[in-house]
Amino acid sequence: MEIFEIVTYFVLLALLSTAIRVVTTSNVIHAAISLVFTLALTAILFLMLSTEFVALVLVLVYIGAVIVLFLFGIMITRAPLGKNAELDNDKNKKLGAAIAGSIFLLFSYILINGFGGDVTITSGSSTELLGEILLSRFVFPFELVSFVLLAALIGGITLARKDEALIDEDQV
Amino acid sequence: MIVQPVLVVAAALFSLGIYGILVRRNAVMVLLSIELILNSVNINFIMFDTMLADTLMQGQIFTIFIITIAAAEVGIGLAIVLMLFRNRQTANINEFDLMKW
Repeated sequence: MEIFEIVTYFVLLALLSTAIRVVTTSNVIHAAISLVFTLALTAILFLMLSTEFVALVLVLVYIGAVIVLFLFGIMITRAPLGKNAELDNDKNKKLGAAIAGSIFLLFSYILINGFGGDVTITSGSSTELLGEILLSRFVFPFELVSFVLLAALIGGITLARKDEALIDEDQV
Repeated sequence: MIVQPVLVVAAALFSLGIYGILVRRNAVMVLLSIELILNSVNINFIMFDTMLADTLMQGQIFTIFIITIAAAEVGIGLAIVLMLFRNRQTANINEFDLMKW
């Protein structure tokens, strides 16, 4: 149990430091790679909380798909690779830090006062049971999400492709 | 596992995402900060799901839904950024004042 706690604190500290690197680094590729580490550490945290299926979904969807999309986005928008002093808006830095700090203090005050105690993890959660609940009690939101994905697919194609007819008529 | 440190780290991730949204100039970096916020919400959901030992596993199911919606959001968001970049030759969000009056 002692080792488990040390590992937990190590994971949480690493999570915090990689997240700080995502928002402070002046290199766009480093920010995306730091987000990969943040998400991987989150998946490890989920595994330690015995929610294996969600951890695997996080690795597959986020690290597998979303980060690849982000890297494509960074490279297509020709964000200058390497160090870039123009990436941050220096005027907003103090205000942003003040707002973020006050939100953090408020949230942590409420969470520390409201919740406490120790969670003992006895066994892993059943993926079979999760699937049964997802397709019985939550089947309507499940279908709705599939519709949202279809709408996002069509919307993404419509937005990103070049419409030759519109360009000819100078409507873009 | 002790509950409070995990919740405090999730709150820290949330405020770091807010900081990133306010400070970053590049639109893709703003989307990256939004991912950080969604991730902190996921951590909170999973922590409370384990803490309350819910028989319906609603925390895990909501986390799966959030991950799905986030993937859709990134697809649409990057498509919009791409279109703006094609029309304006920049990804700097200070330049995107088309809907400002």
